[in-house]
Parts: sequence; structure tokens; C-alpha cells
Amino acid sequence: MERREFLKGLLGTGAVATATTAEASVQRHREPAADAIGMLYDATLCIGCKACVVACREVNHLEPEGTLHDRQTELNCNTKNVIKLYKDEADPSVFSFMKQQCMHCIDPGCVSACMIGAMHKEKGGLVAWDGDLCVGCRYCQVACPFQVPKFEWFQASPKIVKCELCKERLADGKQPGCTEVCPRKAVIFGKLDELKTEAHRRIAEQPNLYQPKVYGEEEAGGTQVLYLSHVPFEKLGLPTLDGTSIPYRSESVQHGVYQGMVTPVVLYAGLAAVVVKNWRKGEGEGEGPSDEKKEHTP
Amino acid sequence: MSAHAQPSPVGGKLLTPGYLLLLAVAAVGAGFSLWRFTKGLGPTTSMSDGYPWGIWIAFDVVTGTALGAGGYALAILVYVLNQGRYHPLIRGALVTTALGYTIASLSIVLDVGRWWQLWKLPFFVSHWNGNSALLEVALCVMSYTAVAWLEIATPVLGDYKGSKRNPKLAALAEKLHPALKKALPFVIALGVLLPTMHQSSLGTLMMLTARLHPLWHSQLLPLLFLISCIGMGYGGIILESTLSHRAFRRSVDSPLLSRLSKVVAGVMLGYVVLRLGDVVTRGALANASPGYVFLFGVELFLFAVPAFFLWSDLRKNAGVQFGAAFALVIAGALYRFDTYLVAYEPGNNWSYFPSVPELIMTFGLVATELAVYIFLIKRFPILGGRSSEPVT
Repeated sequence: MERREFLKGLLGTGAVATATTAEASVQRHREPAADAIGMLYDATLCIGCKACVVACREVNHLEPEGTLHDRQTELNCNTKNVIKLYKDEADPSVFSFMKQQCMHCIDPGCVSACMIGAMHKEKGGLVAWDGDLCVGCRYCQVACPFQVPKFEWFQASPKIVKCELCKERLADGKQPGCTEVCPRKAVIFGKLDELKTEAHRRIAEQPNLYQPKVYGEEEAGGTQVLYLSHVPFEKLGLPTLDGTSIPYRSESVQHGVYQGMVTPVVLYAGLAAVVVKNWRKGEGEGEGPSDEKKEHTP
Repeated sequence: MSAHAQPSPVGGKLLTPGYLLLLAVAAVGAGFSLWRFTKGLGPTTSMSDGYPWGIWIAFDVVTGTALGAGGYALAILVYVLNQGRYHPLIRGALVTTALGYTIASLSIVLDVGRWWQLWKLPFFVSHWNGNSALLEVALCVMSYTAVAWLEIATPVLGDYKGSKRNPKLAALAEKLHPALKKALPFVIALGVLLPTMHQSSLGTLMMLTARLHPLWHSQLLPLLFLISCIGMGYGGIILESTLSHRAFRRSVDSPLLSRLSKVVAGVMLGYVVLRLGDVVTRGALANASPGYVFLFGVELFLFAVPAFFLWSDLRKNAGVQFGAAFALVIAGALYRFDTYLVAYEPGNNWSYFPSVPELIMTFGLVATELAVYIFLIKRFPILGGRSSEPVT
């Protein structure tokens, strides 16, 4: 398989699996798939050539807006992948590029939000969208901590647009468009655990260059796209999030109350019993408890 | 009690100038809706990728159904707690509820981008996501709308049994009413269960975002939404019965409303204690901006002050009652607007203020609701009180 060989060359064979301390703080309802795949973006390697942006548009048949190098600095319904530039205001020599696309969370808010599984996890744990099921409620947009899913506001028949890790290409044994074309290997594709190992290897090798953490290892319960950077991650526009997945708290409520629909069924049985009992007492009035008969109740 | 309490149609001319105005507003709203369906949400609303939900969700659905919770709140009192004395209020409240939920359902059709797929929601059972609070809201709102109409239609239809003036309805009543009446207690039980589920889930919905300010983002959101909807529902009942009885020259059962007010006061005081306790224990006030602290204060104030007045003997004054009910409705609405829009922080200079067409479509829906309400109470036995009674 192409991507396996690609990774082998990149990682070497002696990579040791690292159990990271970051994982200890993680709280989530869903564990990574055994075959979890993902991407690792290393901001120290990216030169901002935007070859990945072009490749993404070609692969996903997205209409470009304007020319490549002007304007388009945010994700939108025509842009599933974007390269942004961060420049330090005080010291212009400090700058970094930033690649943004779907983070493919391990326990995604959008998937938890979606009413009938239009937003769902697929093979390898990638998060994909199914237009045959989506009703366009946009709860996925509200739920995503990275504000990734975009909506076609100016279409009468709108779609939700976001990176799906080029899943058609993966099915053909290829890798995503963006990782394939990156001339500096600033973004690489691979198995999630191998990417983590590689990320920690790089930090260990050049501790002075890198921020001392892998972004995405614990954020929002863990994401399948990981980031390495020489500037603080919030400067790159990555939100500061703890290790609790977005669905963790709300699903705890939902599960606590609705597990197996036992509570609603029991509650209904109880309510029906009480209403029927009160009803019988007030029988003959046509509408249940009547005024006269209840007047003496305190 | 005498025929005094027996509900009867208000009667009178339907197409008054005011009514025609309502119909005109409804028609304009309907026209704008056609535009929205052909052009999409971008040209017609202020919603964006930063604010994917606007007033159609925050007002029409979330606030509208809570205002319509009167039928739910009264059903708990009358049928579950067996306080039959509140029975005279229930028909009016149920009509408001059924209409509020119908309008909310229409707003959802207007709001969702791929509305033609909505039919799949109740039928694609194998695709249901049990984790989605929104699925629960959607299914409960759909079924409760039907339940509320059944709850009001059954007794009203019963009144037409043997009616000579309305042979068609009498025949229908003869055919359907016995079965409906038998099923009614079970329908009523559903009418208590479903709102309990989805009014709390409307709070759970906003737990699933990382962008809600900590003053509002809480584990207690479901409970707070549930309790505050009861306050809003009661407030709605007091407003509805006071206004409609005045407008249509029916007497108001003041002692009854006053007794109800005390119940509301207790529930609302409970809400204030919970909300304040939650915020304090989480320390959420510490890092909040002055604007948010102010909003939070206004919310609490609008809940606490009416609760205080309704608890005291001042509640017997109809004006105090009305003012307090009004404040409670505003308080609940503000809490919902803050949670869904004001304290929702997408950053990146996103902003949202409803567009004119968005507002016009909302006005259209409200006008439709009022028009149908007036039609129903003029033609059907909904309101109690005698029409010969002087205006109070």
C-alpha cells in the first residue's frame, strides 16, 4: 500500500510507541478506531506555497474564488482546506503558516449533534457527510469547536461542506490530495498512532524549536489531525480546549436520562396511571376532573 | 358552578379591520417565505457560518414553544396533581399551546436548508442518533403538536354531540368522540411526558457547543430550561386569559388566576435559587465581562421580582398579576435569547442581527397564529365566562 511505504520511509522502523501524559486528561465516549488514520501538520516545515489548497480544490471539484494567492484566508463552502499566515505584530521575524481543515475528532461534536447520522464516522475514523440524510439544520456547525463545517448559504439546495480526508482517494489506495502534493512534507498522512509517535520524535529531537506539545492529542478528547508548531498554538488560531470531548457532557445527560428509553417509558406509565385515576374520580363531566368535585380538595 | 364557567364560542363578526390586517401581515410573510425557498437562506436572512442559528430558532422555536408550555403546565396541575379547580383555564391554554407548536414546526421547515428531507426524520428509525438532543426535540415537537390538537379537539368535539345547529359536527362527534374520549387520558399523559422531554432537551442542545459563555453553559441547562418554561407557560396563560377575556368581553376568574400565581411564584423562586447557586458554585461570574454580568443580573431580576410579587398578597391585584406574568415571559425569553444568541461567541468578528425579511417572516407566522386563535375562539367553545358579563 502506497501510504504504508510512504510512512515507513518517513518514520523509520525503530519508532517507539509513546504513551503520552496528555492522554491522561482525556474524557470521551468514543475511542479511536483500531485502523484510525489522520494527518500531522508541522508548521515549522510549511512554506505557505498553497499547493495543498490547489490540490484540494482539484480533487474535490471546488470552484476557486479569485486567484490562489489573494484573499481566501478562511474555510468556506468553496474551501475545505486553507493556508493561513500568522505574523507577530511586535516582531515581524516571528511568523508561521497554518493549515486548516476538518480535525476529524475521535469523539466529534458534529456526529453527536446530527439527528439521523448524516454526519458520521467512516472507516479509519474519518468524519464524512451524507447528503441523502442531511436536513440542513446546521447543528453540526454549532457543535464543532473548530468551526469547520460550512453551509452553502446562497443555494436553494444547500450542502454542508467540509474536508472528508479525500475518502474516495483512500478507497483507491491513494492518500489525500493535500498530503500527496506537499513538497516539504509539512503535512503527512498516516495511521494515527504512528503519526503521534513521529510527532513526539520530532519534539524530542528539537526541543528548542517546537512547542512542547502535540496539539490534537488531548484537545476536545483528541483529534485525528495533529499539529506541531514553533509558535503557541492559539496564535495559529487553534482554540484552547481541554481533554473533554464536546459530546462528553451532553451525552452524559442524554444517556443518564434516556438510556434504553427506560426512564421515558416508566415515566409515561406512571403519568398514565395517575391521569386515569384522577379521571375516574371526575368521571361524568366529559373532560376529566371537574370543578365541583374538586372544590373540597385543599 | 353554573353555565357561567361553561365554554362557549365568542361569536361576532370575524373579518374586522384588525383581523384583515393580521391576514395581510400573514400573507406578506408567506410571500417572503416563497422567496426564501427559491433563493436560499443567504440572501434572505442574516445567518452565517458564524451564527448558523438566528431568531427563527431562538424565538420561533425555542421561545415560542416555551410560551406555548401553558397547556403542558396546566395539564400537570389539573390531571397529574388533580387540581381540578384550574380546569376552566385549560381550553384556552391548550389552543395557545397547539398553535404555538404548529408555528414552531412551520419555522423549522423555514429554517432548515434541506427541508424536503424532513419527512425522513420520523421514518428512518434505523438511522436515528440517540445521542442527538435535537432528534429528541424534533420528534417530540412533531408528536406533541398532534397531541395538543387532540387534547383540545376531543372536549370541543364533545360539546357538539346532539347539536342541532351544527348537524355536520354533531355527526362527526357521534362518530369519533367516544373513541377519542376513551383515549384522552393516555393522550394527556403523553401531553405531559413529551414537553418534559423536549423542553429540557432544548437546554441540552446548547451543552454541545464550546462557544457558549460559562455564565450560561452549564450541566443544569436541561433543568433550568424545563423549570423556566413552566414559568413562561403560566405567564402565557395569565396574559392570554387576561387579554382575550378583556378583548372578547368575558369575565376573568381572578381568584383562580391569583391562586395559580402563587404556584408560579414558588416554581420561579426555585429557578432563581438553582440558577444563582449553579453560577456561584462554578465560579462563572469571576471572569465574565461587565456586559454579561449585567445581562445575567437582568435575567435573574426579571425572574425574582415577579416571583416575589406573586408570592405576596399583592398578587390579588389584577394589574400586578398581569405585570408579573409579562415580566416572567420576558425573563424566560431573555434567558433563551442569551443562551442561543447573545452569549454564543463565534469570534472572528462574526455578527448577527435579524434581517428585515427574517423579521417579516416571523411577524407573518405570529400574525397567522393570532388569526387562527381568534377564528377558533369566535367559532368554537374555548373560552369560559359569560358574554353578558361586564368587562372587568
